[in-house]
Amino acid sequence: MNKNIFRNVFLFIIYGLLYLPIISMIIFSFNSNNSFTRFGSFSLKWYVALFRHEKMMQAVLVTIVVAIISTIISTIIGTFAAIALSKQKKVLRNLTLMANNIPVINPEIITAISLFVLFGIFQIPKGYLTMLLAHIAFSTPYVIITVYPKVISLDPNLSDAASDLGATPFQTLTKVILPQIKVAIGAGAAIAFTMSFDDFVISYFVTIGSGVSNISTYLYTLKRAIDPKVNALSALICLVIGLKITYDYFISGPKKIKKERLKG
Amino acid sequence: MKKVRISKNGGNKTLNTILVFPYYMILFSLILVPIFIMVVSSFLRGDSNNLFQVSLTFENYLNFFGNEDYLYAMGRSIWLALLTTISTLLIGYPLAYFITKTKTRTQALLILLISAPMWINLVIRTIALKQIIELIIPSILKTNTAMVFGLTHVFLPFMVLPIYTILLKIDSNLIEAANDLGASKFVAFLKVILPLSLPGVMSGILMVFFPAATTLVIPKYLGNNVFLIGDIIERVSILSGNIGYGAAIAIILSIIMMAMMLVVKRVDKFKGEEYE
Repeated sequence: MNKNIFRNVFLFIIYGLLYLPIISMIIFSFNSNNSFTRFGSFSLKWYVALFRHEKMMQAVLVTIVVAIISTIISTIIGTFAAIALSKQKKVLRNLTLMANNIPVINPEIITAISLFVLFGIFQIPKGYLTMLLAHIAFSTPYVIITVYPKVISLDPNLSDAASDLGATPFQTLTKVILPQIKVAIGAGAAIAFTMSFDDFVISYFVTIGSGVSNISTYLYTLKRAIDPKVNALSALICLVIGLKITYDYFISGPKKIKKERLKG
Repeated sequence: MKKVRISKNGGNKTLNTILVFPYYMILFSLILVPIFIMVVSSFLRGDSNNLFQVSLTFENYLNFFGNEDYLYAMGRSIWLALLTTISTLLIGYPLAYFITKTKTRTQALLILLISAPMWINLVIRTIALKQIIELIIPSILKTNTAMVFGLTHVFLPFMVLPIYTILLKIDSNLIEAANDLGASKFVAFLKVILPLSLPGVMSGILMVFFPAATTLVIPKYLGNNVFLIGDIIERVSILSGNIGYGAAIAIILSIIMMAMMLVVKRVDKFKGEEYE
Protein backbone atom coordinates (compact mmCIF):
# COMPACT_ATOMS: atom_id res chain seq x y z
CA MET A 1 0.00 0.00 0.00
CA ASN A 2 2.74 2.37 1.04
CA LYS A 3 4.62 1.52 -2.09
CA ASN A 4 1.61 2.33 -4.23
CA ILE A 5 1.37 5.79 -2.69
CA PHE A 6 5.04 6.41 -3.38
CA ARG A 7 4.61 5.16 -6.93
CA ASN A 8 1.58 7.32 -7.63
CA VAL A 9 3.21 10.41 -6.17
CA PHE A 10 6.30 9.81 -8.28
CA LEU A 11 4.24 9.32 -11.45
CA PHE A 12 2.16 12.39 -10.65
CA ILE A 13 5.19 14.63 -10.14
CA ILE A 14 6.98 13.47 -13.29
CA TYR A 15 3.91 13.72 -15.51
CA GLY A 16 3.12 17.08 -13.95
CA LEU A 17 6.60 18.38 -14.75
CA LEU A 18 6.37 16.90 -18.23
CA TYR A 19 3.16 18.75 -19.08
CA LEU A 20 3.56 21.89 -17.00
CA PRO A 21 5.43 23.91 -19.69
CA ILE A 22 2.91 23.11 -22.41
CA ILE A 23 -0.09 23.78 -20.18
CA SER A 24 1.35 27.06 -18.95
CA MET A 25 2.12 28.08 -22.52
CA ILE A 26 -1.48 27.41 -23.55
CA ILE A 27 -2.79 29.39 -20.57
CA PHE A 28 -0.56 32.36 -21.33
CA SER A 29 -1.66 32.33 -24.98
CA PHE A 30 -4.97 33.71 -23.67
CA ASN A 31 -3.25 36.42 -21.68
CA SER A 32 -4.36 39.96 -22.37
CA ASN A 33 -0.98 41.52 -21.64
CA ASN A 34 2.45 41.07 -23.07
CA SER A 35 3.95 39.12 -20.17
CA PHE A 36 4.80 35.47 -19.67
CA THR A 37 4.84 35.77 -15.91
CA ARG A 38 1.77 37.81 -15.11
CA PHE A 39 -1.71 36.91 -16.25
CA GLY A 40 -3.96 39.89 -16.92
CA SER A 41 -7.35 38.83 -18.21
CA PHE A 42 -8.66 36.39 -20.77
CA SER A 43 -8.22 37.53 -24.35
CA LEU A 44 -7.96 36.12 -27.85
CA LYS A 45 -5.95 39.01 -29.19
CA TRP A 46 -2.77 37.01 -29.76
CA TYR A 47 -4.70 34.56 -31.91
CA VAL A 48 -6.04 37.42 -33.98
CA ALA A 49 -2.56 38.90 -34.22
CA LEU A 50 -1.17 35.51 -35.24
CA PHE A 51 -3.58 35.14 -38.16
CA ARG A 52 -2.81 38.67 -39.25
CA HIS A 53 0.95 38.15 -39.14
CA GLU A 54 1.87 37.38 -42.72
CA LYS A 55 5.34 35.98 -42.09
CA MET A 56 4.23 33.56 -39.43
CA MET A 57 1.29 32.37 -41.51
CA GLN A 58 3.65 31.94 -44.45
CA ALA A 59 5.94 29.76 -42.30
CA VAL A 60 2.98 27.66 -41.18
CA LEU A 61 1.86 27.22 -44.78
CA VAL A 62 5.36 26.23 -45.93
CA THR A 63 5.62 23.72 -43.07
CA ILE A 64 2.29 22.09 -43.91
CA VAL A 65 2.84 22.01 -47.68
CA VAL A 66 6.37 20.62 -47.40
CA ALA A 67 5.22 18.05 -44.84
CA ILE A 68 2.34 16.88 -47.05
CA ILE A 69 4.37 16.64 -50.26
CA SER A 70 7.40 15.01 -48.64
CA THR A 71 5.15 12.55 -46.77
CA ILE A 72 3.34 11.50 -49.95
CA ILE A 73 6.55 11.09 -51.94
CA SER A 74 8.56 9.34 -49.22
CA THR A 75 5.68 7.03 -48.29
CA ILE A 76 5.11 5.91 -51.88
CA ILE A 77 8.80 5.49 -52.66
CA GLY A 78 9.58 3.86 -49.32
CA THR A 79 6.66 1.43 -49.44
CA PHE A 80 7.41 0.23 -52.96
CA ALA A 81 11.09 -0.06 -52.14
CA ALA A 82 10.35 -2.10 -48.99
CA ILE A 83 8.26 -4.52 -51.06
CA ALA A 84 10.88 -4.83 -53.79
CA LEU A 85 13.72 -5.14 -51.27
CA SER A 86 12.07 -8.12 -49.59
CA LYS A 87 12.47 -10.04 -52.84
CA GLN A 88 16.04 -9.06 -53.54
CA LYS A 89 19.18 -11.10 -53.01
CA LYS A 90 20.28 -11.20 -49.40
CA VAL A 91 23.62 -9.43 -49.87
CA LEU A 92 22.18 -6.50 -51.77
CA ARG A 93 19.24 -6.28 -49.40
CA ASN A 94 21.41 -6.19 -46.29
CA LEU A 95 23.73 -3.62 -47.82
CA THR A 96 20.78 -1.44 -48.74
CA LEU A 97 19.25 -1.70 -45.29
CA MET A 98 22.60 -0.79 -43.76
CA ALA A 99 22.89 2.29 -45.94
CA ASN A 100 19.29 3.09 -45.13
CA ASN A 101 20.16 3.20 -41.44
CA ILE A 102 22.91 5.80 -41.83
CA PRO A 103 20.63 8.85 -41.54
CA VAL A 104 18.58 7.12 -38.83
CA ILE A 105 21.60 6.55 -36.58
CA ASN A 106 23.55 9.70 -37.46
CA PRO A 107 22.85 12.77 -35.37
CA GLU A 108 20.68 15.15 -37.39
CA ILE A 109 23.38 17.77 -37.56
CA ILE A 110 25.61 15.43 -39.58
CA THR A 111 22.88 14.74 -42.11
CA ALA A 112 22.30 18.48 -42.19
CA ILE A 113 25.96 19.25 -42.90
CA SER A 114 26.20 16.57 -45.59
CA LEU A 115 23.20 18.04 -47.44
CA PHE A 116 24.51 21.56 -46.88
CA VAL A 117 27.80 20.54 -48.49
CA LEU A 118 26.01 18.76 -51.36
CA PHE A 119 23.81 21.73 -52.24
CA GLY A 120 26.79 24.05 -51.82
CA ILE A 121 29.10 22.12 -54.15
CA PHE A 122 26.51 21.66 -56.89
CA GLN A 123 25.42 25.27 -56.36
CA ILE A 124 21.78 24.35 -56.03
CA PRO A 125 20.09 27.54 -54.79
CA LYS A 126 18.72 27.09 -51.29
CA GLY A 127 14.98 27.41 -50.87
CA TYR A 128 11.77 25.42 -51.21
CA LEU A 129 13.32 22.78 -53.45
CA THR A 130 16.27 22.04 -51.18
CA MET A 131 13.98 21.88 -48.16
CA LEU A 132 11.66 19.45 -49.90
CA LEU A 133 14.52 17.26 -51.15
CA ALA A 134 16.08 17.18 -47.69
CA HIS A 135 12.79 16.21 -46.08
CA ILE A 136 12.27 13.41 -48.58
CA ALA A 137 15.82 12.27 -47.91
CA PHE A 138 15.42 11.95 -44.14
CA SER A 139 11.81 10.66 -44.17
CA THR A 140 12.17 7.82 -46.66
CA PRO A 141 14.51 5.71 -44.47
CA TYR A 142 11.95 5.89 -41.64
CA VAL A 143 9.18 4.71 -43.97
CA ILE A 144 11.40 1.78 -44.96
CA ILE A 145 12.16 0.76 -41.38
CA THR A 146 8.46 0.94 -40.53
CA VAL A 147 7.09 -0.88 -43.58
CA TYR A 148 9.83 -3.42 -44.32
CA PRO A 149 9.35 -5.61 -41.17
CA LYS A 150 5.65 -5.89 -42.02
CA VAL A 151 6.42 -6.86 -45.63
CA ILE A 152 8.75 -9.70 -44.66
CA SER A 153 6.18 -11.01 -42.18
CA LEU A 154 3.65 -11.56 -45.00
CA ASP A 155 2.75 -15.06 -46.09
CA PRO A 156 4.35 -15.50 -49.57
CA ASN A 157 1.77 -18.18 -50.40
CA LEU A 158 -0.89 -15.50 -50.74
CA SER A 159 1.01 -13.71 -53.50
CA ASP A 160 1.80 -17.04 -55.14
CA ALA A 161 -1.87 -17.99 -54.98
CA ALA A 162 -2.79 -14.69 -56.61
CA SER A 163 -0.43 -15.24 -59.51
CA ASP A 164 -1.56 -18.86 -59.83
CA LEU A 165 -5.07 -17.56 -60.20
CA GLY A 166 -3.95 -15.34 -63.04
CA ALA A 167 -3.18 -12.02 -61.38
CA THR A 168 -0.51 -9.94 -63.07
CA PRO A 169 2.42 -8.88 -60.86
CA PHE A 170 0.93 -5.40 -60.69
CA GLN A 171 -2.46 -6.75 -59.63
CA THR A 172 -0.80 -8.91 -56.99
CA LEU A 173 0.91 -5.81 -55.68
CA THR A 174 -2.18 -3.62 -55.49
CA LYS A 175 -4.78 -6.23 -54.55
CA VAL A 176 -2.84 -8.61 -52.32
CA ILE A 177 0.31 -7.03 -50.88
CA LEU A 178 -0.71 -3.39 -50.31
CA PRO A 179 -3.98 -4.12 -48.45
CA GLN A 180 -2.10 -6.36 -46.03
CA ILE A 181 0.47 -3.71 -45.12
CA LYS A 182 -1.97 -0.78 -44.96
CA VAL A 183 -1.49 -0.20 -41.23
CA ALA A 184 2.31 -0.15 -41.49
CA ILE A 185 2.12 2.29 -44.41
CA GLY A 186 -0.09 4.54 -42.28
CA ALA A 187 2.40 4.39 -39.41
CA GLY A 188 5.29 5.15 -41.78
CA ALA A 189 3.41 8.12 -43.23
CA ALA A 190 2.64 9.43 -39.73
CA ILE A 191 6.32 9.27 -38.79
CA ALA A 192 7.34 10.93 -42.05
CA PHE A 193 4.81 13.72 -41.53
CA THR A 194 5.88 14.44 -37.95
CA MET A 195 9.56 14.31 -38.82
CA SER A 196 8.99 16.84 -41.57
CA PHE A 197 6.61 19.04 -39.57
CA ASP A 198 8.98 19.24 -36.58
CA ASP A 199 12.29 19.40 -38.37
CA PHE A 200 14.58 22.22 -37.42
CA VAL A 201 18.29 21.42 -37.86
CA ILE A 202 18.18 20.05 -41.39
CA SER A 203 15.74 22.67 -42.68
CA TYR A 204 17.89 25.35 -41.08
CA PHE A 205 21.06 24.24 -42.87
CA VAL A 206 19.46 23.75 -46.28
CA THR A 207 17.49 27.01 -46.39
CA ILE A 208 19.83 29.39 -44.58
CA GLY A 209 20.02 32.76 -46.25
CA SER A 210 17.21 32.01 -48.69
CA GLY A 211 14.44 33.71 -46.75
CA VAL A 212 12.40 30.52 -46.92
CA SER A 213 11.47 29.21 -43.49
CA ASN A 214 9.25 26.70 -41.80
CA ILE A 215 7.79 27.13 -38.32
CA SER A 216 10.93 25.91 -36.52
CA THR A 217 13.44 27.96 -38.46
CA TYR A 218 11.20 31.02 -38.32
CA LEU A 219 10.90 30.81 -34.53
CA TYR A 220 14.64 30.27 -34.31
CA THR A 221 15.36 33.43 -36.26
CA LEU A 222 13.25 35.35 -33.74
CA LYS A 223 15.77 34.04 -31.18
CA ARG A 224 14.85 35.15 -27.72
CA ALA A 225 12.47 37.94 -28.57
CA ILE A 226 9.29 37.87 -26.51
CA ASP A 227 6.36 37.24 -28.77
CA PRO A 228 3.04 36.02 -27.36
CA LYS A 229 1.89 35.12 -30.89
CA VAL A 230 4.29 32.19 -30.61
CA ASN A 231 2.25 30.95 -27.65
CA ALA A 232 -0.95 31.17 -29.66
CA LEU A 233 0.62 29.24 -32.53
CA SER A 234 2.02 26.61 -30.15
CA ALA A 235 -1.32 26.24 -28.42
CA LEU A 236 -3.00 25.61 -31.76
CA ILE A 237 -0.39 23.01 -32.74
CA CYS A 238 -0.76 21.29 -29.35
CA LEU A 239 -4.52 21.30 -29.79
CA VAL A 240 -4.32 19.55 -33.18
CA ILE A 241 -1.83 16.96 -31.90
CA GLY A 242 -3.85 16.47 -28.72
CA LEU A 243 -7.03 15.85 -30.71
CA LYS A 244 -5.26 13.38 -32.99
CA ILE A 245 -3.78 11.46 -30.06
CA THR A 246 -7.06 11.41 -28.13
CA TYR A 247 -8.81 10.17 -31.25
CA ASP A 248 -6.25 7.38 -31.66
CA TYR A 249 -6.53 6.41 -28.02
CA PHE A 250 -10.31 6.28 -27.82
CA ILE A 251 -11.25 5.22 -31.33
CA SER A 252 -8.56 3.01 -32.76
CA GLY A 253 -6.93 2.03 -29.44
CA PRO A 254 -9.74 -0.24 -28.16
CA LYS A 255 -10.21 -1.64 -31.66
CA LYS A 256 -6.57 -2.60 -31.86
CA ILE A 257 -6.69 -4.25 -28.45
CA LYS A 258 -9.80 -6.14 -29.52
CA LYS A 259 -8.11 -7.31 -32.71
CA GLU A 260 -5.05 -8.47 -30.80
CA ARG A 261 -7.27 -10.36 -28.38
CA LEU A 262 -9.07 -12.07 -31.25
CA LYS A 263 -5.74 -13.10 -32.68
CA GLY A 264 -4.53 -14.43 -29.35
CA MET B 1 14.66 -30.75 -44.52
CA LYS B 2 14.93 -27.56 -46.44
CA LYS B 3 11.80 -26.42 -48.11
CA VAL B 4 12.31 -25.56 -51.73
CA ARG B 5 9.90 -22.96 -52.92
CA ILE B 6 9.92 -21.42 -56.32
CA SER B 7 8.42 -18.03 -55.76
CA LYS B 8 6.67 -16.68 -58.79
CA ASN B 9 6.85 -13.15 -57.52
CA GLY B 10 10.56 -13.29 -56.96
CA GLY B 11 10.86 -13.65 -60.68
CA ASN B 12 9.23 -10.35 -61.48
CA LYS B 13 12.46 -8.51 -61.83
CA THR B 14 11.14 -5.75 -64.05
CA LEU B 15 8.43 -4.73 -61.63
CA ASN B 16 10.83 -4.91 -58.68
CA THR B 17 13.37 -2.78 -60.46
CA ILE B 18 10.77 -0.16 -61.28
CA LEU B 19 9.54 -0.19 -57.67
CA VAL B 20 12.95 0.16 -56.08
CA PHE B 21 14.55 2.53 -58.59
CA PRO B 22 13.29 5.86 -57.16
CA TYR B 23 14.42 4.77 -53.71
CA TYR B 24 17.93 4.01 -54.92
CA MET B 25 18.00 7.43 -56.56
CA ILE B 26 17.26 9.03 -53.20
CA LEU B 27 19.61 6.73 -51.32
CA PHE B 28 22.49 7.54 -53.64
CA SER B 29 21.98 11.17 -54.50
CA LEU B 30 20.68 12.46 -51.16
CA ILE B 31 22.24 10.13 -48.57
CA LEU B 32 25.38 8.38 -49.80
CA VAL B 33 26.76 10.97 -52.21
CA PRO B 34 26.38 13.83 -49.69
CA ILE B 35 28.28 11.83 -47.09
CA PHE B 36 30.96 10.96 -49.64
CA ILE B 37 31.29 14.61 -50.69
CA MET B 38 31.40 15.65 -47.05
CA VAL B 39 34.29 13.25 -46.39
CA VAL B 40 36.15 14.37 -49.52
CA SER B 41 35.65 18.07 -48.88
CA SER B 42 37.00 17.68 -45.36
CA PHE B 43 40.36 16.80 -46.92
CA LEU B 44 40.39 19.66 -49.38
CA ARG B 45 41.98 23.02 -49.09
CA GLY B 46 41.06 25.99 -51.13
CA ASP B 47 38.22 27.85 -52.65
CA SER B 48 35.05 25.87 -52.20
CA ASN B 49 33.50 27.69 -55.13
CA ASN B 50 36.23 26.65 -57.48
CA LEU B 51 36.56 22.88 -57.68
CA PHE B 52 39.73 23.06 -59.78
CA GLN B 53 41.90 24.99 -57.39
CA VAL B 54 42.02 22.61 -54.51
CA SER B 55 44.62 20.40 -52.96
CA LEU B 56 44.67 17.54 -50.53
CA THR B 57 45.24 18.42 -46.89
CA PHE B 58 44.77 17.40 -43.28
CA GLU B 59 44.62 21.05 -42.35
CA ASN B 60 40.95 21.00 -41.37
CA TYR B 61 41.52 18.20 -38.90
CA LEU B 62 44.75 19.64 -37.51
CA ASN B 63 43.11 23.04 -37.12
CA PHE B 64 40.35 21.54 -35.08
CA PHE B 65 42.68 19.72 -32.70
CA GLY B 66 44.83 22.82 -32.47
CA ASN B 67 41.91 25.01 -31.46
CA GLU B 68 41.51 25.04 -27.70
CA ASP B 69 38.11 26.71 -27.80
CA TYR B 70 36.72 24.01 -30.03
CA LEU B 71 38.14 21.17 -27.99
CA TYR B 72 36.74 22.80 -24.89
CA ALA B 73 33.32 23.11 -26.57
CA MET B 74 33.40 19.48 -27.55
CA GLY B 75 34.33 18.43 -24.03
CA ARG B 76 31.59 20.62 -22.64
CA SER B 77 28.99 19.12 -25.00
CA ILE B 78 30.00 15.64 -23.96
CA TRP B 79 29.84 16.62 -20.29
CA LEU B 80 26.33 18.08 -20.67
CA ALA B 81 25.19 15.03 -22.60
CA LEU B 82 26.60 12.80 -19.88
CA LEU B 83 24.74 14.68 -17.14
CA THR B 84 21.58 14.50 -19.23
CA THR B 85 21.98 10.77 -19.79
CA ILE B 86 22.45 10.17 -16.07
CA SER B 87 19.46 12.26 -15.07
CA THR B 88 17.17 10.72 -17.72
CA LEU B 89 18.30 7.30 -16.51
CA LEU B 90 17.70 8.11 -12.85
CA ILE B 91 14.20 9.40 -13.60
CA GLY B 92 13.41 7.19 -16.59
CA TYR B 93 14.20 3.80 -15.09
CA PRO B 94 11.93 4.06 -12.02
CA LEU B 95 9.31 5.70 -14.23
CA ALA B 96 9.35 2.81 -16.72
CA TYR B 97 9.35 0.32 -13.84
CA PHE B 98 6.38 1.95 -12.11
CA ILE B 99 4.45 2.14 -15.37
CA THR B 100 4.75 -1.64 -15.80
CA LYS B 101 3.22 -2.04 -12.34
CA THR B 102 -0.04 -0.31 -13.29
CA LYS B 103 -3.11 -1.80 -15.02
CA THR B 104 -2.87 -2.55 -18.73
CA ARG B 105 -5.22 0.24 -19.79
CA THR B 106 -3.43 2.74 -17.52
CA GLN B 107 -0.11 1.60 -18.97
CA ALA B 108 -1.33 2.38 -22.48
CA LEU B 109 -2.39 5.85 -21.34
CA LEU B 110 0.84 6.57 -19.44
CA ILE B 111 3.00 5.46 -22.37
CA LEU B 112 0.90 7.57 -24.71
CA LEU B 113 1.39 10.57 -22.42
CA ILE B 114 5.15 9.96 -22.35
CA SER B 115 5.43 9.82 -26.13
CA ALA B 116 2.88 12.53 -26.95
CA PRO B 117 5.26 15.49 -26.44
CA MET B 118 7.62 13.96 -29.00
CA TRP B 119 5.04 14.89 -31.65
CA ILE B 120 5.31 18.55 -30.76
CA ASN B 121 7.90 20.72 -32.40
CA LEU B 122 11.21 20.86 -30.48
CA VAL B 123 11.62 24.63 -30.85
CA ILE B 124 8.14 25.18 -29.44
CA ARG B 125 8.75 22.82 -26.52
CA THR B 126 12.02 24.59 -25.75
CA ILE B 127 10.33 27.99 -25.78
CA ALA B 128 7.69 26.58 -23.42
CA LEU B 129 10.45 25.29 -21.13
CA LYS B 130 12.12 28.67 -21.13
CA GLN B 131 8.89 30.39 -20.17
CA ILE B 132 8.13 27.99 -17.34
CA ILE B 133 11.64 28.43 -15.93
CA GLU B 134 11.20 32.19 -16.13
CA LEU B 135 7.91 31.83 -14.33
CA ILE B 136 8.99 29.51 -11.53
CA ILE B 137 12.74 29.67 -10.94
CA PRO B 138 14.19 32.46 -13.09
CA SER B 139 17.47 32.27 -11.17
CA ILE B 140 18.53 29.04 -12.91
CA LEU B 141 18.00 30.41 -16.42
CA LYS B 142 21.23 30.59 -18.42
CA THR B 143 22.97 28.00 -16.27
CA ASN B 144 23.99 24.40 -16.81
CA THR B 145 21.15 23.39 -14.49
CA ALA B 146 18.59 24.91 -16.84
CA MET B 147 20.18 23.21 -19.84
CA VAL B 148 20.31 19.79 -18.19
CA PHE B 149 16.72 20.26 -16.99
CA GLY B 150 15.62 21.13 -20.53
CA LEU B 151 17.60 18.30 -22.13
CA THR B 152 16.23 15.82 -19.59
CA HIS B 153 12.73 17.05 -20.20
CA VAL B 154 13.04 16.64 -23.96
CA PHE B 155 14.95 13.34 -24.05
CA LEU B 156 13.19 11.49 -21.22
CA PRO B 157 10.83 9.58 -23.58
CA PHE B 158 13.84 8.14 -25.45
CA MET B 159 15.03 6.60 -22.19
CA VAL B 160 11.65 5.46 -20.85
CA LEU B 161 10.32 3.75 -23.99
CA PRO B 162 13.10 1.18 -24.58
CA ILE B 163 13.36 0.37 -20.86
CA TYR B 164 9.59 -0.03 -20.59
CA THR B 165 9.52 -2.31 -23.64
CA ILE B 166 12.19 -4.58 -22.24
CA LEU B 167 10.73 -4.64 -18.71
CA LEU B 168 7.42 -5.83 -20.18
CA LYS B 169 9.16 -8.71 -21.90
CA ILE B 170 10.69 -10.08 -18.71
CA ASP B 171 9.04 -13.38 -17.82
CA SER B 172 7.20 -12.89 -14.51
CA ASN B 173 7.90 -16.55 -13.68
CA LEU B 174 11.55 -15.64 -13.24
CA ILE B 175 10.69 -13.12 -10.54
CA GLU B 176 8.33 -15.56 -8.87
CA ALA B 177 11.02 -18.21 -8.97
CA ALA B 178 13.45 -15.80 -7.32
CA ASN B 179 10.88 -15.04 -4.61
CA ASP B 180 10.17 -18.74 -4.11
CA LEU B 181 13.85 -19.37 -3.69
CA GLY B 182 13.93 -16.87 -0.86
CA ALA B 183 14.99 -13.65 -2.54
CA SER B 184 13.42 -10.52 -1.13
CA LYS B 185 11.69 -8.18 -3.57
CA PHE B 186 14.71 -5.92 -3.59
CA VAL B 187 17.17 -8.76 -4.18
CA ALA B 188 14.94 -10.16 -6.93
CA PHE B 189 14.97 -6.74 -8.58
CA LEU B 190 18.73 -6.43 -8.25
CA LYS B 191 19.59 -9.92 -9.43
CA VAL B 192 16.84 -10.66 -11.95
CA ILE B 193 15.06 -7.60 -13.30
CA LEU B 194 17.95 -5.17 -13.45
CA PRO B 195 20.38 -7.42 -15.39
CA LEU B 196 17.65 -8.51 -17.80
CA SER B 197 16.69 -4.92 -18.51
CA LEU B 198 20.22 -3.76 -19.32
CA PRO B 199 19.83 -3.99 -23.12
CA GLY B 200 16.92 -1.55 -22.86
CA VAL B 201 19.04 0.74 -20.70
CA MET B 202 21.83 0.58 -23.30
CA SER B 203 19.59 1.55 -26.18
CA GLY B 204 18.10 4.28 -24.03
CA ILE B 205 21.58 5.65 -23.33
CA LEU B 206 22.45 5.62 -27.03
CA MET B 207 19.19 7.34 -27.93
CA VAL B 208 19.70 10.09 -25.37
CA PHE B 209 23.43 10.72 -25.35
CA PHE B 210 24.09 11.49 -29.02
CA PRO B 211 21.16 13.77 -29.73
CA ALA B 212 21.84 15.54 -26.40
CA ALA B 213 25.48 16.11 -27.33
CA THR B 214 24.67 17.61 -30.71
CA THR B 215 21.50 19.58 -30.09
CA LEU B 216 21.46 23.15 -31.27
CA VAL B 217 18.15 24.44 -30.00
CA ILE B 218 17.97 23.71 -26.27
CA PRO B 219 21.26 25.35 -25.22
CA LYS B 220 20.48 28.38 -27.42
CA TYR B 221 17.31 29.11 -25.47
CA LEU B 222 18.21 27.89 -21.99
CA GLY B 223 21.97 28.37 -21.84
CA ASN B 224 24.09 31.43 -21.36
CA ASN B 225 25.58 31.87 -24.84
CA VAL B 226 27.47 28.64 -24.28
CA PHE B 227 29.59 27.39 -27.09
CA LEU B 228 28.90 23.72 -27.95
CA ILE B 229 29.57 21.29 -30.80
CA GLY B 230 26.39 22.30 -32.60
CA ASP B 231 27.38 25.96 -32.43
CA ILE B 232 30.85 25.26 -33.81
CA ILE B 233 29.44 23.46 -36.83
CA GLU B 234 26.84 26.18 -37.32
CA ARG B 235 29.38 28.96 -36.98
CA VAL B 236 32.09 27.41 -39.14
CA SER B 237 29.97 26.24 -42.05
CA ILE B 238 27.11 28.71 -42.18
CA LEU B 239 28.53 31.93 -40.84
CA SER B 240 32.05 31.72 -42.20
CA GLY B 241 31.24 29.46 -45.16
CA ASN B 242 34.17 27.13 -44.61
CA ILE B 243 32.53 23.94 -45.84
CA GLY B 244 35.61 21.72 -45.55
CA TYR B 245 36.20 22.70 -41.95
CA GLY B 246 32.56 22.13 -41.01
CA ALA B 247 32.67 18.76 -42.72
CA ALA B 248 35.86 17.78 -40.87
CA ILE B 249 34.27 18.62 -37.52
CA ALA B 250 31.14 16.64 -38.41
CA ILE B 251 33.35 13.66 -39.30
CA ILE B 252 35.36 13.88 -36.09
CA LEU B 253 32.04 13.94 -34.27
CA SER B 254 30.74 10.84 -36.06
CA ILE B 255 33.97 8.97 -35.39
CA ILE B 256 33.76 9.76 -31.67
CA MET B 257 30.13 8.65 -31.66
CA MET B 258 30.85 5.41 -33.49
CA ALA B 259 33.70 4.62 -31.12
CA MET B 260 31.48 5.22 -28.10
CA MET B 261 28.72 3.15 -29.64
CA LEU B 262 31.11 0.25 -30.17
CA VAL B 263 32.29 0.46 -26.57
CA VAL B 264 28.72 0.48 -25.29
CA LYS B 265 27.79 -2.46 -27.51
CA ARG B 266 30.81 -4.43 -26.33
CA VAL B 267 29.99 -3.83 -22.68
CA ASP B 268 26.44 -4.86 -23.45
CA LYS B 269 27.53 -8.11 -25.07
CA PHE B 270 29.84 -8.95 -22.21
CA LYS B 271 27.06 -8.44 -19.69
CA GLY B 272 24.69 -10.47 -21.81
CA GLU B 273 27.02 -13.44 -21.87
CA GLU B 274 27.55 -13.27 -18.17
CA TYR B 275 23.90 -13.77 -17.42
CA GLU B 276 23.02 -16.27 -20.08
